[in-house]
Amino acid sequence: MTSASPSLNTLPADTPPSSALGEILQETLALTGRLFVQLRRRPSTLIAGVLQPLIWLLLFGALFANAPSGFLPGGESYGRFFGAGVIVFTAFSAALNAGLPVMFDREFGFLNRLLVAPLRSRSSIVFASVLYISSLSLIQSLAIIGAAALLGYGWPGFAGLLVVVLTLGLLVFAVTALSLGLAFALPGHIEMIAAIFVVNLPLLFASTALAPLSFMPSWLAWLAAVNPLTFAIEPIRALYSGQLPLSEVVLQAPYGSLTGYACLWILFALALTLFLLVRPLLDRKLQ
Amino acid sequence: MIELHHLRKGFAGGRKAPPVQALDDFSLNVPRACLYGLLGPNGSGKTTALRILCTLLAPDSGVVRVAGCDALADPRGVRRLLGYVAQEVAIDKILTGRELLRLQGNLYHLSGAQIEERLAELISLLAMEDWIDRRCGTYSGGMRRRLDLAAGLLHRPAVLVLDEPTVGLDIESRNAIWQVLRLLRDDGVTILLSSHYLEEVDALADRLAIVEAGRVIAEGSPASLKQSLGGDRVTLRVREFSDGVEAERVRELLGDCQGVRQVVVNRAQGYSLNLVVEDEGVVAGIRETLAREALPVFALALSRPSLDDVYLQATGRTLMDAELAVVGQRDPKLERKRQMR
Repeated sequence: MTSASPSLNTLPADTPPSSALGEILQETLALTGRLFVQLRRRPSTLIAGVLQPLIWLLLFGALFANAPSGFLPGGESYGRFFGAGVIVFTAFSAALNAGLPVMFDREFGFLNRLLVAPLRSRSSIVFASVLYISSLSLIQSLAIIGAAALLGYGWPGFAGLLVVVLTLGLLVFAVTALSLGLAFALPGHIEMIAAIFVVNLPLLFASTALAPLSFMPSWLAWLAAVNPLTFAIEPIRALYSGQLPLSEVVLQAPYGSLTGYACLWILFALALTLFLLVRPLLDRKLQ
Repeated sequence: MIELHHLRKGFAGGRKAPPVQALDDFSLNVPRACLYGLLGPNGSGKTTALRILCTLLAPDSGVVRVAGCDALADPRGVRRLLGYVAQEVAIDKILTGRELLRLQGNLYHLSGAQIEERLAELISLLAMEDWIDRRCGTYSGGMRRRLDLAAGLLHRPAVLVLDEPTVGLDIESRNAIWQVLRLLRDDGVTILLSSHYLEEVDALADRLAIVEAGRVIAEGSPASLKQSLGGDRVTLRVREFSDGVEAERVRELLGDCQGVRQVVVNRAQGYSLNLVVEDEGVVAGIRETLAREALPVFALALSRPSLDDVYLQATGRTLMDAELAVVGQRDPKLERKRQMR
């Protein structure tokens, strides 16, 4: 401890007036930076998030390599079929976990530290999470796309890759909104993890990730045909088989046929709806 | 500088806990550049009042103003003026102390240069050089508290609010924090701190308020509050281990002495006697009376009224008794839930 310092403390900081946008940017970047420092020092989530889908890709690819012919439309290899499912699942899982850091901050009081600060907009806290999780899930998905290519399960081409990223982006945005909503609605991280656990795998199995609709009993086909994951999987699968633009039918759902573009529009509508639904909750909690 | 007027705040009950009226017409006025202490037992409403002041909690009714700025109408304005050091230090264990302070600086919109300049000052002021670049998860309680104090001071707030700043700290860390708080006060910072340590408030505060059951029941400088009680205190033991019968006999005997206002037998301290006397001259009379009855004197101590006496006078019980009364009644889980957003 030292003796008195002349500039110890006197008046509130006389910071030069800065624009609202500049301040929001400063807050958001600082908060995002914190999440990335955490990731750098504890990369296990990143690694596990790539490792798990990779193992799935290897195991399921091998398991169904000798599936009876006619199981898949067009007779494509199972690895190639499943690749699209795993890519979507990777992004989906990462986004579903987006709310966890926020939940920990809520639970352990760090959020209060943020709320005592004169943030220009408390949405910065949400922006930071969205920015972080989008980047993280994109990195993980790209790693899986690369791994799938190396395993000989196909490559969508560079133009195709951009549309893949767009599709994943829509799904990630929707699921991140849902996850952040859960992070503020549920009482603690145990409940949050339980919710993630319950939602994660069933949604994968009730989609067209593992098998085509034609292979499913009709009730499951109905479920899979309204599952958001399916609307991301099918356009990506089409892109992998070289279909661009996405104006052809990619999904023969029980309720009708959907083109690739229709699937993307549905994802967009879903993202928008979830965002609008969750926003009042976030506004109230961050008031 | 800080004005809290007629604050009320209630919390709904839990499955096992009844609803609580945490603040019940709580009013407080803290002058500029004053080190002000809120003294009260756990659960008396101190933390709730501070959380409302820091805009973390909205009162059910009442007015909150800091330097004329209305906290309910312009919470952001108040947040700019305040530095808040919470009771339970929430830090990010993975960040280093320096990274945490930089984050804090950005949340207060300081420029990069301002942050670095301020960091250097505070690291030196709070002697954090040796460990500021280590991860916060490795810090001791005293280090965390100093880091949190630095975070609260980073933006040079006009008002510093501290909730139980030295709970559970070693004496060295406590003295270090006290020293910084005095320096800040001398520099013109208004400081409001809550404590349930009498000696802390007595040693530090220019003024204090005693809080009981959600309201302020006494207010003033420590000296004036003690003076207003009047009289001196005598603690007497005729033997090292006396018994109830003898203590009662001495009580009756001394009760008739001139200048003795009150005699109480303190069973908890081996049947010692606590006397309120008019002045120190009365002690000679007490000794004489005891000698006349051939009673020995094992120990006799004269003291001025303490803050505990002030507390006793205001609430009818000692602070220690008040603390003991709430032990086991509080539900930490429910309280944490109330603090969660």
